[in-house]
Amino acid sequence: MSSQRSTSSNKITDDELNGLILRLQTLLPQLDQSRHGRVSAAKVLNEICSYIRRLQNEVDGLSGRLSQCLDSMDLTGFDAEIVRDLLQQ
Amino acid sequence: MNNPHRLNPTSLKSRFTTRFLRALTKIRAQKPISSSSPTEIFRRYRRIKVAADKSMAYSVRSRRIWSRAMLCKLRSRSYRRQDPCSGRRSGKTNQAIMKKSSNENTTTRREDGVGFVEEADELRQLVPGGETMNLCNLLDETAHYIKCLTTQVQVMKKIADFYSF
Repeated sequence: MSSQRSTSSNKITDDELNGLILRLQTLLPQLDQSRHGRVSAAKVLNEICSYIRRLQNEVDGLSGRLSQCLDSMDLTGFDAEIVRDLLQQ
Repeated sequence: MNNPHRLNPTSLKSRFTTRFLRALTKIRAQKPISSSSPTEIFRRYRRIKVAADKSMAYSVRSRRIWSRAMLCKLRSRSYRRQDPCSGRRSGKTNQAIMKKSSNENTTTRREDGVGFVEEADELRQLVPGGETMNLCNLLDETAHYIKCLTTQVQVMKKIADFYSF
């Protein structure tokens, strides 16, 4: 089986697929490779979906929090300084 | 004093933060007299949520299929009077997105012999523009999308914590 990129053929190679799935696995701390070794692609995608949903819910919750404290936000004098301070905390 | 965590002003995180704070300033200015009625707070929550997604999508711009899809969706929201995503401008964008994603890899969407079609379909619903992507693109876009989501959460959390005292 050739190892070159199959850009002209119809199927992506197993290697490419595995590489992409593996990369996603590294994003999931709970499926840390050193402890779990090979995990099925289905499980990785499953966990990825849960992870995305969790993150989207967090954005939701944080939007709610911000809407509550928007009044107390002193955003006057907003400039790069504030941004830098915020991100360096 | 040497700051080892010097922030890269062109980083995604930095671009997102600047845009998002700017948007928050606008939203705060828009509100009527200090009314904290539930309706008003809900409206603000919706606006902030849109601002968060908008700030992220604009920070990524059109470099990603998912960000293009999100920008198209956001733009069609503001052209609500016309048909969403079938008006001239947004309709063209939609076609462009689909054209771009299908050109890059001719793999068909349903992979035979692959044991995770259901999970992939579920993922397609979660990633913006996922329905138009082939499997290869979907997995690639997902990784980037997650990276951006975590940045978004991280920055929003910092802002919320900062202004919560």
